Amino acid sequence: MKRLNSLDDLRALQAELAARGEPEVPTIVIPAGTCGQASGADEIVRVMRQAIESDSLEGKARLRVTGCHGFCQMEPSVLVEPEGTFYPRVTPETAARIVKAAARGEAAEDLLFVDPSTGLPIRYQNEIPFFSRQVRSILSRNEKIDPLSIESYIENDGYAPLLTVLEKKNPRWVVDEVKASGLRGRGGAGFSTGLKWEMLADQPNGTGRFLVCNADEGDPGAYMDRSVLEGNPHSIIEGMVIGARGTGSTQGIIYVRNEYPLAIKHLTSAVEQARELGLLGENILGTGLSFDIDLVHGAGAFVCGEETALIRSIEGKMGEPRQRPPFPIQKGIGGKPTAINNVETWANIPLIIGKGAPDFEKVGTKGSSGTKIFSLVGKIRNTGLVEVPMGITIEEIIYGIGGGPSGDAGIKAVQTGGPSGGCIPVERFDLPVDYDSLSEAGSIMGSGGMIVMDEKTCMVDVAKYFMNFLKDESCGKCYTCRKGTQRMHEILEDISGGKGTLEQLDLLEELSGVVKDTTMCGLGQTAPNPVLSTLRYFRDEYLEHIENRRCPAAVCKDLIVYSINDNCTGCRACVKACPQDAITGEKKSRHTIDGAKCIKCGACRSACRFEAVEVV
Amino acid sequence: MIQKTKHGLSQTNGSLIAMLEEIQAEDGYLSEEALRSVAERTGRSLVDVYGVATFYRSFSLKPRGRHLICACLGTACHVRGAPGIVEELERCLGVKAGETTSDGEFTLETVNCLGACALGPIIVVDGRYFSNVDQAGVKDIVAKLHAGSEQVKETLVS
Amino acid sequence: MINLTINGSNVSVEEGSTLLEAANFMGFPIPTLCHMDGLSSYGACRLCVVEIGEGTRARLVSSCTYPAEEGLKVRTASSRVVRARKMILELLLASCPQSKTIQDLAAAHGVRQQRFRQEHEDCILCGLCVRVCEEQMMAKAIGFRSRGEERSIGTPFDVRSDECRLCGACMYVCPTCRLRCTYNEPDNAICGGCENLSPPCLAEGKFEDMMCYMDPCVACEIREDT
Repeated sequence: MKRLNSLDDLRALQAELAARGEPEVPTIVIPAGTCGQASGADEIVRVMRQAIESDSLEGKARLRVTGCHGFCQMEPSVLVEPEGTFYPRVTPETAARIVKAAARGEAAEDLLFVDPSTGLPIRYQNEIPFFSRQVRSILSRNEKIDPLSIESYIENDGYAPLLTVLEKKNPRWVVDEVKASGLRGRGGAGFSTGLKWEMLADQPNGTGRFLVCNADEGDPGAYMDRSVLEGNPHSIIEGMVIGARGTGSTQGIIYVRNEYPLAIKHLTSAVEQARELGLLGENILGTGLSFDIDLVHGAGAFVCGEETALIRSIEGKMGEPRQRPPFPIQKGIGGKPTAINNVETWANIPLIIGKGAPDFEKVGTKGSSGTKIFSLVGKIRNTGLVEVPMGITIEEIIYGIGGGPSGDAGIKAVQTGGPSGGCIPVERFDLPVDYDSLSEAGSIMGSGGMIVMDEKTCMVDVAKYFMNFLKDESCGKCYTCRKGTQRMHEILEDISGGKGTLEQLDLLEELSGVVKDTTMCGLGQTAPNPVLSTLRYFRDEYLEHIENRRCPAAVCKDLIVYSINDNCTGCRACVKACPQDAITGEKKSRHTIDGAKCIKCGACRSACRFEAVEVV
Repeated sequence: MIQKTKHGLSQTNGSLIAMLEEIQAEDGYLSEEALRSVAERTGRSLVDVYGVATFYRSFSLKPRGRHLICACLGTACHVRGAPGIVEELERCLGVKAGETTSDGEFTLETVNCLGACALGPIIVVDGRYFSNVDQAGVKDIVAKLHAGSEQVKETLVS
Repeated sequence: MINLTINGSNVSVEEGSTLLEAANFMGFPIPTLCHMDGLSSYGACRLCVVEIGEGTRARLVSSCTYPAEEGLKVRTASSRVVRARKMILELLLASCPQSKTIQDLAAAHGVRQQRFRQEHEDCILCGLCVRVCEEQMMAKAIGFRSRGEERSIGTPFDVRSDECRLCGACMYVCPTCRLRCTYNEPDNAICGGCENLSPPCLAEGKFEDMMCYMDPCVACEIREDT
């Protein structure tokens, strides 16, 4: 690719690519992000390529391999453009038929998505409730773009916002526009992005300023950022160059967790291509703006998502947070002014410049403008990524888009905000989701993880899980965080093991309060949230564990017993599955489980086809 | 692997973690020798280098097996039964999470979220993802590994 | 000069002073464990927390690290602070009951019980030893390793360090092994009575698995001879 040396060069390239496009040719779009690949998308791509070749369909049908589209439950899925036909759960056997149908401009009727509530097929993606109820400003871009091709990005209006920015005489225009949009940090803290950039721009001129993209996405259960990094890496790069123009930054860093190898691969390729084209580096497009981006890998530490720990990690040290003040804006990487923003925040920047701040601000609520991507996972029928306007209710997300519970058990609660957040019970699903509304309920919106829990989820177990996570991820410096999380976990282990006392419950609450109050960084300050919120709404479950030594959800191993009921047909499937040889029984007669040997692994329950294994 | 620019990491000492990652990728772990040599090369104290090597979970100071089996213990996977999967893996392989089998073939590790939450429980074997795994699936995968097939074909158990 | 208010009294301190320094200047007592004059402040033990700000924005910060700010309102013994200190001391007693320093602090703050499962650890990870080794001895022979539950202090690879100068400063500054309770039922002994002035490693047979980075040092040799 020839390097672009001026704004006109970029305009010329845009025109060239626009002329080349053939939007009428049927294109089969295959989401092959990490979960697409994990569910077999690579094989589908291979089979489809084969089908196009063997039937000489080049020119009549094309493939586009992209990042996540969001309906992960249905992957590997494909979308046929331009008509918009959606095919769920494609298999290597059905893939070829879909290609052929697409080339003819038809649909393979028997392979279409079937709406579970009506039993009827729905052909077009934008009519499927999961999609139609979202506002997919960011996610829909993933469908159009081949993440490994900068040309694909430019074809789809990529870098046009950058052109707009570079055409303006006054760099401050960028900051004002972002302020006017009302964009707030999508990592969870919700600080006004425009204000942060203004503060950075106002720092005394010195030897450099840093812009950082926090792609550490450590919250378990959250993968919104991953889908953007894999599916549209240039949106981040463009956002950062725009930010550099507005704030006078000289150096950008994308800190990406190493558990995302595909994101790393796509980012690396995107940065290289941007450099090659001259959109990163010295004197970008002849405007005098010099800015480049380094990729730094995380190495497996949740605490490095905290901004001062992230800075330490970038500096090659242990990721221990430090006290603020001084704030990173004043003293960040190497003591230089640094602004750190989340992936989704960066991805919104080209959108804001492209649509204009007023249009962006119209979506969402007064205090929380724009859309937010949530990862809807757990015991929910339609697991995936959903992008919705701020202010939408939890109920609409979980039932309207999510399709309700995945199994027979009813939904009990949703956990939001990761380990810093809390559980919101079903009675409060009428709450709108934005930066401020959930805090009164004892949780936070956080970075967007939404983990749905049903009647078969034990809330004591959930609290214990989070404490286990936090005591491992705590950097360990503050005594209250290190010992506090350990002791909280210890108490929760006692409770879930049937050894808890009511005094311990009081102690748990007291300790939680002190950990929250005294710890220096956000990890410790929010560590007690999962405990406090489950205690607030599900105290009865705790009491049941303590007073009656019973786990209502039948999860806590020490409090449950596996047994076989009358449904047993004597097929011996469980006998073979049991790793401890704890099941005995003759063929055709009801089997029994020896409680002394049973380790409650659940293998028998998985193996049984007659629902004969009960857990009480 | 990681392109460094003029003004960036070279000024901020940031290359230590990248260096350790490269060594780990080559040798499979960080040996005492390697860490001492890194300290010499970078001028950082051995205490600092050792501290960084032990702080971050993706580094291992013990040699790893030829095959790395990684189970996800993120919240979504947990709620879908991941602990049971980890237990089954521990049983089938005969080691606890974080350990390597005595024949040096398999290392079992857990990770706190791989970001493929819609498909949990997930395990990754040598970079290949297996989704919606249940106990039978685990037995299947481990059996195939023991049988020595380098290319473990993906088992979609849903 | 920076003007702030501590417990209702106005005080002026030099720029760069911490809240702890300002409070000490005024004579307001604040307990500390991981702080020592002459070493940098670390903020690990959290005992020195004070309350700053007002209303819903009031919060606790470690006074040893927080810089004095113009107009700041500080309370060194509000109920929130006292509650925090007591719980921290309970946690400390629950892990390190044999440290006289901790016992004395607990007694001074009216903490006479601890409700957690009793542990007997030797280290509270206050980091004084690390800092004295790095800042005063310029040796940097010991440091922190790992994180969370696994966090510990030691020499790299747990072998004798080439940088260690066998000065013993690490043991001298350690609040847990500096003075050790030798009462025969340490779990029940929370008093300020007994004094142990000799290095604990010389007490016969009592502390077999004691933490020591100097491996070996003079004290071990003395012990072997007697």
